[in-house]
Amino acid sequence: MGAFIGRRILQGIIVLFLVSFIAFIIFQYLGDPVMTLAGRYATQAQRAEVREALGLNKPFYVQYFNFLKNAFQGNFGMSYVTKVPVLNLILERLPASLELAIVAEAFAVILGISLGVFVSANPQNFASKFLMTGSLLGISLPTFLVGILLIYIFSIILGIMPTSGRGETVTILNFWRSGLLTFDGWRHIILPAFTLGMFQMALLFRITRGAMLEVLGAEYIRTAWAKGLKGKSVLFKHALRNALIPVITMVGLQFGQLIGFSIVTESIFQWPGAGNLLLNSMYESDFPVVATYVIIVALIVVILNVLVDISYAFLNPKIRY
Amino acid sequence: MLNKINQIRKTKFFIHFIKKPLAVTALVVISILFLGALFAPVIAPQNPYDMDKLDLANSLLPPIWMEGGQFPYLLGTDVQGRDIFSTILYGSRTSFLVGISVVVISGLLGGGVGLFAGYFGGIFDTVVMRTADTVLSFSKTLIAMLLLGVFRQSSVILVILAIVVSDWVQYARTIRGEVLSVKEEEYVLASQAIGGTSLRTVFKHVLPNSVSPLLVVAAVDFGIAIMLEATLSFLGVGIPVTQPSLGMMISQGRNYLYAGKWWLIFFPGLTLMALVFSLNLISDWLRDEIDPKVKNI
Repeated sequence: MGAFIGRRILQGIIVLFLVSFIAFIIFQYLGDPVMTLAGRYATQAQRAEVREALGLNKPFYVQYFNFLKNAFQGNFGMSYVTKVPVLNLILERLPASLELAIVAEAFAVILGISLGVFVSANPQNFASKFLMTGSLLGISLPTFLVGILLIYIFSIILGIMPTSGRGETVTILNFWRSGLLTFDGWRHIILPAFTLGMFQMALLFRITRGAMLEVLGAEYIRTAWAKGLKGKSVLFKHALRNALIPVITMVGLQFGQLIGFSIVTESIFQWPGAGNLLLNSMYESDFPVVATYVIIVALIVVILNVLVDISYAFLNPKIRY
Repeated sequence: MLNKINQIRKTKFFIHFIKKPLAVTALVVISILFLGALFAPVIAPQNPYDMDKLDLANSLLPPIWMEGGQFPYLLGTDVQGRDIFSTILYGSRTSFLVGISVVVISGLLGGGVGLFAGYFGGIFDTVVMRTADTVLSFSKTLIAMLLLGVFRQSSVILVILAIVVSDWVQYARTIRGEVLSVKEEEYVLASQAIGGTSLRTVFKHVLPNSVSPLLVVAAVDFGIAIMLEATLSFLGVGIPVTQPSLGMMISQGRNYLYAGKWWLIFFPGLTLMALVFSLNLISDWLRDEIDPKVKNI
């Protein structure tokens, strides 16, 4: 068990190194930091000075090592556009993205799993068949289309939901601006969270249903029925617990996907999160921001994956790598 | 004898297919869209990317059945006077081109890599599978977007390649899993025992017996690739503006939604949805047919 977790953590670290290397290449070779820092009209001597100061005349591996050293100290350089330390820029936007992702994930997990259980318990029901086809539609709709559709219906036609932004926010713990503590904040998060979570919900629904159907055919479930247990107890205590393993894995693994889709969602709803920042930085060739975003997302994804692997090993005693 | 079995299997396949009205409808929808895309230059009343044919006087016309609609602009026009119906036909050409290319390239690349990784194992297998895990834990949208955004260039080919970078993985994983079980079968051992070369064993015995699940993956993937292209074009990092794309139509139409010009988005959106939904319906049916055990996703 310990060895298994250790190996997973080691793999995570290797992945992070690979990603940091890619980020380094983006950072160092795609932008021109000399031009940006010294200015367009700098003399040859001034440029050489900046090059010297940045260590750009050093060998490749020394530069990479310095990049890593700086990154470990939280120093990812300055944004070319706003001239603000990149890390601050991203950390300031991260709470908005995380809140959106968490609300979306919560919505997807709760609704996806309950509907999955319902359908597995009543497979021949008309509502179940409708839900099965509906969920296929759910994974067939591109995120951006769902977002636009929702804005059109709820904001433009009905006029009951805001079209963009986070609404009123409250600062907690000095650095976290939260929209989840105000009514206005919740009003703003509903449409984007639904947009972001819908694909996930449809997927979790289908996985839960599949896992439940498999478990419900097992002998211990027949035993539970034979004992005369109530339906609810069999479904939730005996079946769902065992069916949840693949579902939990999926939730963890899909979080990376959620971050990817959140860029699209944030762009449609003008959500002031890190995804929107990434998109704008890309349009403006602000490479330090792009590189740092990549590293931070990789860090989040790798940590989550390790946690999923660990919880997986705990949940399923059959699997001991 | 074998022929007969095949014949029976084929008719069974066919009968199962006919019995699923949804799958049949889906196939009809895809065929219509495909033919529309293929013969776009013949069917379309206007070539929407020929600047000479555009007339700003015709900009933002509503669909023909609404007040102010004009022939031949069946589904209305956009701000530059482009016929929406024609643009959809041309745009779905791009969708099909990207979808088919991604499936073929990823399928060959991922299928090949997974086949050898599964059969030979060892370091190659470890490296491939760890790469696959890594790629899978990031979103395809993010990877493709970063690649296209960072290199600041766009063309249909680059979009296809940017998608393939992360897309081959699922083919590799699927076939590898299959190969791992097939290679323990007796006919594979027999082939090795009579001195067949590794390559012969892989291509004559392992491949034909492990390739069918790839069909399901390909059908799902086709839809995903089309959605991804639309998303990238929507974000402005996909197909260049001088070429037609459903995603770009929606992105451009978004600015006119507040003004009530819903047809700019509705029709391309509907086409995109119909395309992907049909592909998913077919893959769902294929999955039940090929592998009745796996009904998970």
